[in-house]
Amino acid sequence: MRRRIGIDVGGTNTDAVLLEDGGVAAAVKTPTTQDVTTGITRALAHLVERAPAAREAQAVMIGTTHFTNAVVQRRDLGRVAAVRIGLPSGASLPPFVDWPGDLADLVRAEVVMLEGGHEFDGRPLVPFDVKGMRAASRRIRDAGITSVAVAAVFSPLNASGEEEAAAVLREECPGVAITLSHRLGRIGLLERENAALLNACLIELARKTTRAFTEALRASGIAAPLYLTQNDGTVMLAEMAEAYPVYSFASGPTNSMRGSAFLSKRDEALVIDVGGTTTDIGSLRHGFPREANNVVEIGGVRTLFRMPDLLSLGLGGGTRVKTEPSLAIGPTSVGYRLTEQALVFGGDVLTVTDVAVAAGLIDLGDRGRVASLPATRVEAALARVRAMIEEGVDRMKTDAGEVPLIAVGGGSFLVPPRLAGVSEVVNVPHQAVANAVGAAIAQVSGEVDQIFQDLSRDEAIARARQAATDKAIAAGADRATIQVVEVEDLPLAYLPGNSLRTRVRVVGDIAG
Amino acid sequence: MRPITLDEIESLAIGAWILGTGGGGSPYLALLNMRQLYRGGVICHLMDAAELNDDDLVAVVSNMGAPLVGQERLTDPKTMALAVTMMEEYLGRQFRALMSLEIGGGNSIQPFMGAAMLDLPVIDGDCMGRAFPEAQMTSFAIHDLRMYPLTLADVRDNAVVVARAASWKWMERISRKACVEVGSIASTCKAPRTGKEIKECAILGSTTKAIGIGRAVQAARRAHRDPIDAVLEVASGIRLFGGKVHDIARRTTEGFLRGTAVIEGLDDFRGHTFKLAFQNEFAVGWLDDVPRVMTPDLICVLDTISGDAIGTETLRYGQRVTVIALPAPPILLTPKGIDHVGPRAFGYDLDFRSVFA
Repeated sequence: MRRRIGIDVGGTNTDAVLLEDGGVAAAVKTPTTQDVTTGITRALAHLVERAPAAREAQAVMIGTTHFTNAVVQRRDLGRVAAVRIGLPSGASLPPFVDWPGDLADLVRAEVVMLEGGHEFDGRPLVPFDVKGMRAASRRIRDAGITSVAVAAVFSPLNASGEEEAAAVLREECPGVAITLSHRLGRIGLLERENAALLNACLIELARKTTRAFTEALRASGIAAPLYLTQNDGTVMLAEMAEAYPVYSFASGPTNSMRGSAFLSKRDEALVIDVGGTTTDIGSLRHGFPREANNVVEIGGVRTLFRMPDLLSLGLGGGTRVKTEPSLAIGPTSVGYRLTEQALVFGGDVLTVTDVAVAAGLIDLGDRGRVASLPATRVEAALARVRAMIEEGVDRMKTDAGEVPLIAVGGGSFLVPPRLAGVSEVVNVPHQAVANAVGAAIAQVSGEVDQIFQDLSRDEAIARARQAATDKAIAAGADRATIQVVEVEDLPLAYLPGNSLRTRVRVVGDIAG
Repeated sequence: MRPITLDEIESLAIGAWILGTGGGGSPYLALLNMRQLYRGGVICHLMDAAELNDDDLVAVVSNMGAPLVGQERLTDPKTMALAVTMMEEYLGRQFRALMSLEIGGGNSIQPFMGAAMLDLPVIDGDCMGRAFPEAQMTSFAIHDLRMYPLTLADVRDNAVVVARAASWKWMERISRKACVEVGSIASTCKAPRTGKEIKECAILGSTTKAIGIGRAVQAARRAHRDPIDAVLEVASGIRLFGGKVHDIARRTTEGFLRGTAVIEGLDDFRGHTFKLAFQNEFAVGWLDDVPRVMTPDLICVLDTISGDAIGTETLRYGQRVTVIALPAPPILLTPKGIDHVGPRAFGYDLDFRSVFA
């Protein structure tokens, strides 16, 4: 039997689920602990108690927001050396140039800029300064720096400069952790370099954390390999993932959406996750969240991470409702104090939850406390909520046709059963542990983002697809199960010939 | 002549992106350079063209190439300065000031980068009043000024002087070819202009105008007012349409990003559609299949909430956008101007009619 354990370490709860042949066999929720590991050990103990077969799981997947939080809260970050290869180009904008000052001061240990890099067509910009690299490596070693980020101009098209730099670093600085930018990002030097720098400063924390996860697993008597979930809804073996902590930055919302897709048995849908303070709307294509195409800031640093494209609305169960002088929903919320401050719970704040109780959408607290709300106001407030949801849904749609909408989250009772532009509103079982389910079903992916010249669109996509497939297999995917989940192409202005920037992403099941 | 603050250059980046009418490239990296330069103690100066002597020489500069290459080979003030000093060597004369080729997009800030290195002022003006894709689409070309010589510098110490060109089209072809050879990114110094030519043929005051637009957007955001209203007010614009991007098609032909976008109306415009055609920049807009606005009137697509400009490369399905028109500089509206930059110059068989007429 095929058994997978999925664990979601959230800010409040650590959830664990056991999937057996694609069905939820057991699910548990425990409080997240300060050290994270204790919470995981407890969750696993509960899970094994409820379903002893969990010990025979073939794979364990953990999703965590630990690394994002470290950057946002400026804690547990290592000091790194930045190596930029691309001089004489880009000299005026050195590494860390657009970082918030406080974060740069914490992370920046050494900045090295060397000649090298490539052109958009793969020609070298200038020869790589190997000598300079060797001298810099010695300085890095002598300064006792243990983590290095390397970024070269146009490395997504030709990675040889970054690879050569890594070879020198390995010779001169034994044991040093090396992050190469082309493994992390796309075209856009500063944003890709930023991703590499963030990764390098998290690498020590990632090692400690993944090792603690592995120990927690062993302590629970589970022998299965451990995987960590990434932004794009796929997983990496923990040994590999500990070298790429930035890949897990947005895995929370991704797992929620993937779990929703799985639980509702739909691959093409919108997902609406209504929480206490905000509502997130995302789009599932082939069962994966559609990714954002634009710059994403993490802790104030611009990056081009593969993040799910989410629309956040200031609407949740705890959102305040004002009726005077005119009707207003939000944007402030009572948040986790809902159970003290909402009218139905004995408080004195009119919230969206109170309106929903008054309208009979859900039975919570003391309904008598909202009996005096005029029906016209209740209707007007709910009509506004509906309009907000409809507008958000419409914004996230990729075309004009009707799509199903999967409603999850504690506030999903706010989603009306019928909405404009929506073919049906789908409610799912086990929605409270959708994140852990999303982790448990994760697959392995490969992605390529490259400029092709003088090829037809079909030929360019075919080449990109082959390269992406090779990457996925290298990451542990089963060749027979690989499928293309995303194809995007953008013709480029002012480049000779027919230049086409092509991005292809494939996924497959974990091999073996 | 007056010193210009970094805050003003921040505003310039926002305003210039709006005047880019969908093209011109994002000013972000040029702005980062200016932040670095100001951190290092530099202060640039903005000069009114009236302060020029008739025989002064002004360097008209721009960054040339593919915006995508610019994201890897980051723009550098030294290369910009090199193109200018090469021109000085070729001419055997010194420049009095620098000026932007196009105020729309990243090229609005390029002269400041060069000026910071050369300790020269920047003229308050440009020769497009917006962004355009080709060399002959300038007020200087409309005035039949000479289009040569041109210098082109890349970061590796490659430099090209185009000493003569038979026409603007030839200048575009030759310099474009050289630019592609050095990796599709280069700094250029266009044909030098005398003080008299600047005063008579440039589009004056456009730097100040862009700063004013950017500042209005920033002030509106701070005050939680509609930034688009602020743009319309400060730049005497017209709101043409508001809605959601419904369809977008792009293709590259002859090195340009061409395509169309269809916007479905919302709120006051519900039930109507607006179609935009672009060639790097937005060229023509149709309201319910009737031509509503066309180049050289500035067609700007802004994020309905933030007021930020949206480029033709970053338009996406589902975006909430507002289409506005801003008045074109008068020189572009003359019969000769329409020949150079009117709808027919972009292949649309339409008689130009301004929305401001």
